[in-house]
Amino acid sequence: MSNIPSELRYATSHEWVRNEGNGIVTVGITEHAQDLLGDMVFVELPDVGDNVSTGDDVAVAESVKAASDIYAPVTGEVVEVNEDLEDSPELVNSDAFGDGWLFKLKIEDEGELQSLLDAEGYANSIDED
Amino acid sequence: MTNKTVLHAKHIEAGAKMVDFYGWDMPINYGSQIEEHHAVRTDAGMFDVSHMTIVDVKGADAQAFLRRLVINDVAKLDVAGKALYTGMCNLEGGVIDDLIVYFFTDTDYRLVVNSATREKDLAWIAEQSAAFDVTVTERPEFAMIAVQGPQAKAKVATLLNEQQTAAVDGMKPFFSAQAGDLFIATTGYTGENGYEIALPAEQAADLWQQLLDAGVKPCGLGARDTLRLEAGMNLYGLDMDESVSPLAANMAWTISWEPEDRNFNGREALAAQRAAGDQPKLVGLILEEKGVLRSGLKVISEDGEGIITSGTFSPTLGHSIAMARVPRSVKLGSTVEVEMRKKLVKVQVIKPSFVRNGKKVF
Repeated sequence: MSNIPSELRYATSHEWVRNEGNGIVTVGITEHAQDLLGDMVFVELPDVGDNVSTGDDVAVAESVKAASDIYAPVTGEVVEVNEDLEDSPELVNSDAFGDGWLFKLKIEDEGELQSLLDAEGYANSIDED
Repeated sequence: MTNKTVLHAKHIEAGAKMVDFYGWDMPINYGSQIEEHHAVRTDAGMFDVSHMTIVDVKGADAQAFLRRLVINDVAKLDVAGKALYTGMCNLEGGVIDDLIVYFFTDTDYRLVVNSATREKDLAWIAEQSAAFDVTVTERPEFAMIAVQGPQAKAKVATLLNEQQTAAVDGMKPFFSAQAGDLFIATTGYTGENGYEIALPAEQAADLWQQLLDAGVKPCGLGARDTLRLEAGMNLYGLDMDESVSPLAANMAWTISWEPEDRNFNGREALAAQRAAGDQPKLVGLILEEKGVLRSGLKVISEDGEGIITSGTFSPTLGHSIAMARVPRSVKLGSTVEVEMRKKLVKVQVIKPSFVRNGKKVF
C-alpha cells in the first residue's frame, strides 16, 4: 500500500491538496498516481495568474508510459508553480508529496476543501480501482 | 494460467514491478526504467529473456527448409556460429514474425523467435517443415539472459572459465558459440555491445546472481522497449505484423532476392510489391519540443497520412522519438505533423535509427 499522509486532502483523480493557511493550498499528485504512471518525463504546468475551477484540466503529467491530465481539485488562482519540474520531472516520482509538488492556488472558498477526500477516503477509493 | 520464467523469484527478490506480457509474468522495471536504460547505455544491464522461444532445426534438409521459410538466405551463412536477422513471411508476404537464425552446419540451425507469437510460429514452422527431412525441436529447458552495455562483455568475462573465455575470445557481432553449458551470442536488442546467453534453466538463477554481484543492473521490459526503439529495432506486433510487408517495415535489407530461383515463402507477393513501388515505408520521427509521440497517433504530410507504430521518450536524447509508417514519397529530412493531444506538432523525418553504442546517430 502506498503512503497516504493523513494531513492532506485528496481528489479521486489522484491529486493531493495541502492547506498552507491564508487561503493558499499546494497541489500535487499522489504516490499511488506516480507509481501507476512510472518515470515522469515532462510536466506541463499552468501559468501563474490562471484562474482555475474545480475539475478543469490544468496540467499534464507525461511519463514514459502515458500522458495523464491533472485536474484542479478546488477553484482558485494559480499563484506559484514548481519550476524545478522543468528540469527534474523525476521529483514527482521520488517525492510526490514533497519536492514533487505541482502548483499553488489562492482559493476562494476554504469550505471546498471539506468536500475532498481524507486519507482514509482516498485509500478506499484506490482500493476500488 | 500465467507463465513464469525460472528467474521469476529473482525479480521479486529485486523488487521488480511485474506485468503480464502475452501470458508471461515479467518485470516492467525494478524501480526506474530510465535509470535501467542509462545503465545499459553507459555501463551494463541484464534482461531476463527466458520467455523467448528457442527452436532447433536439424536434419538433411535443414538448409533447404530454412531457405524456404525465411526471407533472408541462410545459404549465405558459412562460418559456424554466425547469426542472421530476418523475417518469416506468409504466402501473401505478411510478416509472421522476425527472428534470428544461428548457423552451426548446413544440417544444424537454431532459431530464436518471439514469445508473443510462439504458438502461431510453431504451428507455421511445423506445417512448412512437413515436406522436408528435418526435425524441429523447441527448447523450453533453456533460460536466456541478455547482458548489454559497454561494460557487459568485461563483466561477463569475470565469470567465465578458461574454456568459455577461449570460446568468446574475439567474437564479432552477430556470432555465437557453445561454451560448456552456455550458448553465448553477440546479439541483442539494445544497440549496445553485449551477449545473449542461453543456458540450462536450473543454472539461470546462479548466473543472474553472479551478474548482479559483478555489478550488472537488472532491467525490465520498459527499458528494453526504450533501448530497442532508440536503436531503431522493430517490435513485432507494433511495427509490423501479418498485415504488413517487410518492405513497409524497414526490413527490405533482410530479404535476399538473389539467387532468383530461391523460392522463399512470400517471394511472389513481395516481388510484385517491390516492382509496384507502392508500399509505405517505416521512418524515424523526432520531436524536439515537449511531449511524447505514442503508438497509434496520426502522421500528416503533404504526401498523405501515416501512423506512428511505436513512440516513446528517448532517455538518451532527452526528447521523444518514434517509428512511423508513412507514404513512400515522404522524404527523409522533411518536416511532417503529428496529431497529439488535440493539437498538431511538427516532427522531423529521419532514418529509423536514433542511438547506437551510447551515441546519437542522426
